[in-house]
Amino acid sequence: MAIAVDTAARFSTSASAGRPVVELRGVTKRYSNGTIAVTGVDLDLRSGEFVSLLGPSGCGKTTALRMIAGLGEVSAGRIDWPTSAHDWRGQPLRDVGFVFQEATLMPWATALQNVLLPLRLKRIPPREAAERAEAALAAVGLEGFRHAYPRELSGGMKMRVSIARALVTEPKILLMDEPFAALDEITRQKLNDDLLALWAKDRFTVVFVTHSVFESVYLSERIVVMAARPGRVIADLKTSAPFPRDASFRTSPDYAAACRVVSAKLLEAIAA
Amino acid sequence: MTDMVARADLQRTAAAAGTDAEARPVFIEERRWLGITGSGWQKIVAPLVIGLLALGLWEFVVRHAGIPAYILPGPWLILRTLVADWGTLSGSLWITLEITGLALVAAVLLGGLLSILFTQSKWLELSLFPYAIILQVTPIVAIAPLIIIWVDNTLLSLLICAWIVAFFPILSNTILGLNSADHNLISLFQLYGASRWQMLRYLRLPAALPYFLGGLRISGGLALIGAVVAEFVAGSGGTASGLAFRILEAGYQLKIPRMFAALVLVSASGIVIFLVLSLISHLLLRGWHESAVQREN
Repeated sequence: MAIAVDTAARFSTSASAGRPVVELRGVTKRYSNGTIAVTGVDLDLRSGEFVSLLGPSGCGKTTALRMIAGLGEVSAGRIDWPTSAHDWRGQPLRDVGFVFQEATLMPWATALQNVLLPLRLKRIPPREAAERAEAALAAVGLEGFRHAYPRELSGGMKMRVSIARALVTEPKILLMDEPFAALDEITRQKLNDDLLALWAKDRFTVVFVTHSVFESVYLSERIVVMAARPGRVIADLKTSAPFPRDASFRTSPDYAAACRVVSAKLLEAIAA
Repeated sequence: MTDMVARADLQRTAAAAGTDAEARPVFIEERRWLGITGSGWQKIVAPLVIGLLALGLWEFVVRHAGIPAYILPGPWLILRTLVADWGTLSGSLWITLEITGLALVAAVLLGGLLSILFTQSKWLELSLFPYAIILQVTPIVAIAPLIIIWVDNTLLSLLICAWIVAFFPILSNTILGLNSADHNLISLFQLYGASRWQMLRYLRLPAALPYFLGGLRISGGLALIGAVVAEFVAGSGGTASGLAFRILEAGYQLKIPRMFAALVLVSASGIVIFLVLSLISHLLLRGWHESAVQREN
């Protein structure tokens, strides 16, 4: 099973048939101080895809992610949600879950209450909300910790609560902003595997921002490499290693080969 | 009880969860005697011993040097006066506490309400906050006579004075707290289309709670000081006289032991107010806030 890494800007597989969930067209973000965070980003996010945004710091990957979530206006270009409903002002009803770099939990609320938050804000009836929150906590292996406060949990467990909170609304897209960057290597690998298992089960679209070549290769089907000053996309790579992936994939020659290709692209991005 | 069950639940599942549950922080659990931990007893006993020693020394010096009671009464005499004059003093204590309590309640209500309004509307804050500062920095002793002239009802005028002193720490602390919610959590609330009310109810108010409670503890003491100062300025006698008036009155009549007895009651009130507010703060924050727990390093 050879792993092919090619620089196809567009590709089509049977899994990603139909219109993209999100389309970015010439997306540019200029801050009021004149800094151009990203410029001219064209990107299609297809249903069920696991995409990594990889690049050096300052390449605007977080900015791009936040704009997809609707946090922050686009300065130029457009972000469309072709398969989603729109409200009366023509704004797309973005259906996203967001995981920040920090767990970003409410310290005054228990794990369960934190997971309940999105449902509560969306005014889901309490009984149904409670059931769904319990299920989401169980899905990340924390059913025994529903009444624990964030300060009683370890870093990895807090991140699990954060993931459960993002998935509890069953979003079309899960946006993750360097979610495991602050964790130790062992915890990170465990969470990588658990994330892949959750993705394999429910097949939501994942956009995963990272600065780690290894993490992006291990997790994703597609790696979008970005360069800084100004932030832009310089490569759109596809990895064809089959899922499920596990520890044996990390030591395989295919993995090493893919890492080499992606590293070379990242070096290009840094030099660009 | 449910807490205990939940905790046992935690212990059991910690190993089975397959997460990095072993890396959870450990909190200090101390043995308790009569519901108070060892370090808790230390906190009570150590100052108590010092206090008793100082009182003993005071009593000894007063007796040994034959200092007359109108210069410096001994603690024993003060205690006897306190008991003998309890009828008058307790009435005054009640009035001072009433003014302090009402002023504190008014400070909480108005300070809390204003801080919420200020954080909802930038214009309101910009235009009104400077006046709150002016009210705070102007010495209460200087405005008290005016307020006492303007307001017919003595009790009400004292209440207003105490409120002016007490409300600012609550206002400024709560504003700080309401504005200190984690910006990523704010993003998250926006992401789920939270309304202004939901943002306030589920995010800003809980985030402001520790700050508000910090302000409340300061305001508790200030309300008492405000009540006492205002009454000194008012200097009014009659039925509605608080402890400050008793101190003035005893001073005029050279009843120095009684002056001390009233002073003891003022101090004791301040201590009790502080302890009660600290307890409320601890009960509300225990469980989640760093100030209410001890970590094992």
